[in-house]
Amino acid sequence: MAIVETGSVAAAASAAAPRAATRTTWARFKPTVLALIVPVLLLAFWQVATTQQWTRLIPTPYAVGEYMIDFAVGGIYDDAYSATLTTHLLASMSRVYGGFALAAIFALPIGILIGRVPTARMLLDPFLQVMRPIPVTAWLPLSMILFGLGAKSAFALVCLGAFYPILLNTIFGVRSVDPKLFEAASMLGCRGNAQFYKVVLPAATPSIFTGLRLGLGLAWFVIVVGEMTGVPQGLGAVIMDGRTLSRTELVICGMIVIGLAGYLSDRVVVALGNYLLRWSPNHHG
Amino acid sequence: MAESATPIVEIKGVSKVFRLQDQTIHALSDANLSINKGEFICLIGASGCGKSTLLRIMAGFDQPSSGEALMWGKPIAGPDPSRGMVFQDYALFPWLSVRANIGFGPASRGLGAAEVKQIVDKFIDLVGLAKFANAYPHQLSGGMKQRVAIARVLANDAELVLMDEPFGALDAMTRERLQDELLDIWERTKLTVVFVTHAVEEAILLANRVVVMTPGPGRIESDNLLDLPRPRDVASPEFNAIRRVLSAKLHSHHGKKAA
Repeated sequence: MAIVETGSVAAAASAAAPRAATRTTWARFKPTVLALIVPVLLLAFWQVATTQQWTRLIPTPYAVGEYMIDFAVGGIYDDAYSATLTTHLLASMSRVYGGFALAAIFALPIGILIGRVPTARMLLDPFLQVMRPIPVTAWLPLSMILFGLGAKSAFALVCLGAFYPILLNTIFGVRSVDPKLFEAASMLGCRGNAQFYKVVLPAATPSIFTGLRLGLGLAWFVIVVGEMTGVPQGLGAVIMDGRTLSRTELVICGMIVIGLAGYLSDRVVVALGNYLLRWSPNHHG
Repeated sequence: MAESATPIVEIKGVSKVFRLQDQTIHALSDANLSINKGEFICLIGASGCGKSTLLRIMAGFDQPSSGEALMWGKPIAGPDPSRGMVFQDYALFPWLSVRANIGFGPASRGLGAAEVKQIVDKFIDLVGLAKFANAYPHQLSGGMKQRVAIARVLANDAELVLMDEPFGALDAMTRERLQDELLDIWERTKLTVVFVTHAVEEAILLANRVVVMTPGPGRIESDNLLDLPRPRDVASPEFNAIRRVLSAKLHSHHGKKAA
């Protein structure tokens, strides 16, 4: 049986081809150029503000850039922070990814339970809804009492920061499976517990993935609070030291590194998601 | 279609009552219907006539409030692979490729990978989607999605195919093509098809029996055997004569209600 589909995928693809060929250089670089406009303007404003001495407390972009090089590879100031970027970055990354993994280990099963089992929802949901608005900063003193000064507290706080977005999106994902899919599965001979693995989990993956992405973002977001717990190394620790020592260039360097590391880590996750969720029309971030 | 043979499906005095807050809705009232193997039956009627409810009871998704729904003489207790449903909005698994969607039933039955592949190859060819075997549902047009849904049911060895306005969301050209393909598959496979529609023309084109249903409460108004030769021509006088009779049966009820 030959089928000629109306408005087929093949026809759409061939129509797009000539357009791609005539694409100009500008069209190719447009996203990059547009993305750079705001940072460049901000940098220019920063330069003007510091050279005009509107403030004396913030160093010039050049001074920060120079310090960033020293922070990364050393050889300019040779102080306590020279060439320590990698150490601090790795320390922070281990807390971010460790805390995030811990959060995922707790949030995924609890979220699935709350989403699928009404008793679990009634038992846990009200409690978690009350706990959720409490900021990670507020947990800092208690965390230091419970887990002591140091890395364990940092893990706990990062974990807490990443926990709720993973939890909420998992609950949403497993609850909002199209009921038709359960009917389709059962008339195809897939019943009971098998439906959990064959229908609920795959249907929930886009939401779960969104939760993991937000959770990882928040893990980077709370890293400074997490490292206020008296850990010697880490980007958060560097920023807190910079504040204590009134070394604003150190603070700004730490901020930039956190921003870039968080951004790159998110891009990797998005690329992974685009691959794993290529079936989902809503997931082409 | 011998009259004496056991019917594949029997609906005996089936009623379905839904309660919505304080309201009681009689979706279906005392329906009786006997379907023989190999028939192509269209259930036709305005919205609220209970045609989808009746179909869902045959599928085993809903249970009758009273009366009996039987398949091969045994009560229909729940969904079963022998009764495949084709939904209006496809209900394909979006995370599975065309191939895996069609193989879902056979794989759930526990068949081996090689066997599943053989079955999938056969039915993917039957619906003409071999080129799109590895595409995902969101990459397909509505007509192609519905072909996957049909292949998925056939691949599962369904004896009875239940179709709930399957072509309602498609454009006219695609609908015509799919109607032809469905008839072709039905003639070749000797399946039994129960097809819900609200379009008189579609019913006459496809069915060998048209069951007219009327709303408020939903009930079977008449059961009409069509002995129009195939292929049927929508423009022929015979076709139009039948269309007039069936339209009158559908609308006579409206007149009574309005008066």
